[in-house]
Amino acid sequence: MTASVLARPRTSAAAVPARRPRRRLGPGRPLPFGAVLGPLLLLSLWAIGSAAGWLDTRTLSAPWTVVTTAGELIADGRLQDNLAVSAQRAGLGLAVGTAIGTVLALLSGLSRWGEAILDGPVQIKRAIPGVALIPLLVLWLGIGEQMKIITIVLGVFVPVYIHTHNGLRSIDSRYVELGESLRLRPGVFLRRIVLPGALPGFLLGMRFAVVGAWLSLVVVEQINSTSGIGYMMELARQYGQTDVIIVGLVLYGLLGLLSDGAVRLAQRKALSWRRTLAD
Amino acid sequence: MATHPGGLTGTRTVRTRDLRRGFGDRLVLDGLDLEIGAGEFVALLGRSGSGKSTLLRALAGLDRDVAGSGAIDVPEKSSVVFQDARLLPWQHVLDNVVLGLSGPDAPQRGRAALAEVGLSGREQAWPHQLSGGEQQRVALARALVSEPDLLLADEPFGALDALTRLRMHDLLRELCRRHRPAVLLVTHDVDEAVTLADRVLVIDQGRITVDTTIDLPEPRSHRQPRFQAYRESLLRSLGVETEG
Repeated sequence: MTASVLARPRTSAAAVPARRPRRRLGPGRPLPFGAVLGPLLLLSLWAIGSAAGWLDTRTLSAPWTVVTTAGELIADGRLQDNLAVSAQRAGLGLAVGTAIGTVLALLSGLSRWGEAILDGPVQIKRAIPGVALIPLLVLWLGIGEQMKIITIVLGVFVPVYIHTHNGLRSIDSRYVELGESLRLRPGVFLRRIVLPGALPGFLLGMRFAVVGAWLSLVVVEQINSTSGIGYMMELARQYGQTDVIIVGLVLYGLLGLLSDGAVRLAQRKALSWRRTLAD
Repeated sequence: MATHPGGLTGTRTVRTRDLRRGFGDRLVLDGLDLEIGAGEFVALLGRSGSGKSTLLRALAGLDRDVAGSGAIDVPEKSSVVFQDARLLPWQHVLDNVVLGLSGPDAPQRGRAALAEVGLSGREQAWPHQLSGGEQQRVALARALVSEPDLLLADEPFGALDALTRLRMHDLLRELCRRHRPAVLLVTHDVDEAVTLADRVLVIDQGRITVDTTIDLPEPRSHRQPRFQAYRESLLRSLGVETEG
């Protein structure tokens, strides 16, 4: 019985001219440890280049030198102290910027008045690079923490706004009609339909925002700063310590990668109701 | 049936007078008068473009952007079942059912409604994990959990396969017998109308042209000769010639 069932496809395959297997259109199964493959490849190229002597240590220190330097920086506490200061700035800027971006997106997405008043200015801000605003911010706020955090906030709230607004506006109008037919109160409509409907957009905005927060941090910490990773790197530039600069760069890269990974994890958890190309 | 609570004046639940709705120059509802009694099951047949969905949307109050005039009297508590199940994909099945409810007993009522449509145990499933028929059953539970006086259904079984549709007919009839809402079922399926309804209306060019009370014993079946008679006469008024 089993044998005949198993045998059948083979005979039919012989009878019918061999059919090409159906082409898979999605990207297919996720690769094991796929996320670290690219960075590892980059790292090994760097290691090979240093070991073979293709890379001058004055231009680019070898990976192992960077590791030793990182160990020394940790041992004397400089790395942790600067990292703590930087993380605090980025975290505070990210939190405030995300809140502002989300609230503006809701106001502008749910009301025509909000859109008319808010959307234009945000688009204008979007067209002005954060660096270009720094001279003005320094004049207004000085070179203290306030200026640094506001620069980060200005870099963060734009992507959160753009993507949350876009996610909110692309909620299927049939769900809005459903809400109307059930006579939902505005608060329930917001909580059950608008916010979850805009969540995919919000989380995409967050992916840009977390990386953007670190990017803005680099800029503000290399200008008029006395603490933070950017300051540590700027100091190293003055003494020609490429290894310290690279420790800072690697740290920035790791922080960006980790925070992006954290948002992607949140995305997978929060959007488990979706079935998409990735599944 | 006549003592149904929540009815408006007497036993009437729905009443429209001289209802007009138009899109641009085209008048889709042209002075339409309609009455539905409390607990009465009315099926509305019509060719596509005849205005049947426009009428349902007017009764549901979902046509704010459509130009028109006329008086509409519908109960405060009315529910809509759409052709698509229209479940929120980001809410579990139970949360979809109780979307319009408030109060501490909402989950309990939602579970009871799901049990009634035969979906006990699927409370925490995502909508995409259900079949099309199951999704439409969740939509029915969501519509009936608020104990409406009027159920407006816009071709609710139109997207289902024939077998599932037959099962849904039994379920809908059973639910209506238990909850006794007035029903307006918009459909293009004459058999569905004759099987389910107390009264069948045909709408043509924005007016009700046929109003037939279906007087058939339950359970109704195609084998009843008078079923065939109703069917043929309704098909004729829809402009379809039947043989014999």
